[in-house]
Amino acid sequence: MTNTTIKTPPTTGALDNILEQAAAWRAEGRKVGLATVVRTWGSSPRPVGSQLAVDEAGAMAGSVSGGCVEGAVVDEARAAMADGKPRLLEFNVSNEEAWEVGLACGGTIEVFVETLE
Amino acid sequence: MKAASLTALIEARAGKIPAALVTDLDGGMQTLVAPDAPDGDLPIGDALQRFVEIALADDKCMSVDIGDRRYFIQVFNPPRRMVIVGAVHIGQVLAPMAALAGYAVTVIDPRGAFATEARFPGIELNTAWPDDALEGIDIDRRTAVVTLTHDPKLDDPALKTALRKAPFYIGALGSKRTHAKRVERLREAGFGDADIARIHAPVGLDIGAVSPAEIAVSILGEMTELLHRKPPREAA
Repeated sequence: MTNTTIKTPPTTGALDNILEQAAAWRAEGRKVGLATVVRTWGSSPRPVGSQLAVDEAGAMAGSVSGGCVEGAVVDEARAAMADGKPRLLEFNVSNEEAWEVGLACGGTIEVFVETLE
Repeated sequence: MKAASLTALIEARAGKIPAALVTDLDGGMQTLVAPDAPDGDLPIGDALQRFVEIALADDKCMSVDIGDRRYFIQVFNPPRRMVIVGAVHIGQVLAPMAALAGYAVTVIDPRGAFATEARFPGIELNTAWPDDALEGIDIDRRTAVVTLTHDPKLDDPALKTALRKAPFYIGALGSKRTHAKRVERLREAGFGDADIARIHAPVGLDIGAVSPAEIAVSILGEMTELLHRKPPREAA
């Protein structure tokens, strides 16, 4: 295996270039939203601090769940881009919304959504 | 988040400088706590400052209540570090896997034929003798040291240096028999049971790994368990 062809990622914060992606979108003049998991109860797919960056067209970088609530978070992020107000969202199994976008694992997560000014 | 804060945060991360972003979850006011960070609009009082210090030290994001306000402290610490001693076949797969898992990887091997850019594309290489190389690296509790050379001439100096520091993980490749001999040598060199017990050997989780990639998975698995697994709960 002397001529290994494994593609090596950057050695700092591999795969976690969410903020860099957000900055790059912003530099292109796009509106950008940033969602962060700020609290979890029970089993949750991503730990506190996990982030998702979204641009105005709905392009995503990173994640706040295993894919279960990203759609709803993207909608809220776009709404935040429109009115400029941050939002604190909760997703759990007893949430009305959860029947559509709930967490299959039965946990609860709280997500802070803000815009990049 | 303000664009200036984001720029400062990205710069801090590139410079491997710890930073914390503090947000008032009720109104969204924020302040970045980092050297040269621009002034934020959220005042950081003494109580909040103490939580920021705890969050940075524990490497853990946290949500805190102070009075009737809720704050979120997001920690951006530099990546954990993995130092691999031995630019061998297992190292060739362990290094990129560890990088994917978020570690800043350094591979040490004084043998120029092994430590080559062609074999380790994009990975930081150090061709000094392992103990000298390790002395030059900040081996702290966010660092793992793994020896893979199978050669006591190279592994032993690395292990001795690592044992004098406080990495969260020390692993040494080699069979039980190889390790028993290594333990004898370390004892002769003056290391006690408590020191020797810090070495994970044979390295990695016992999952029957055979190929270099599988062994790399078992090593990363063992390190991950050490970092994140909570102690087992008492049976009710």
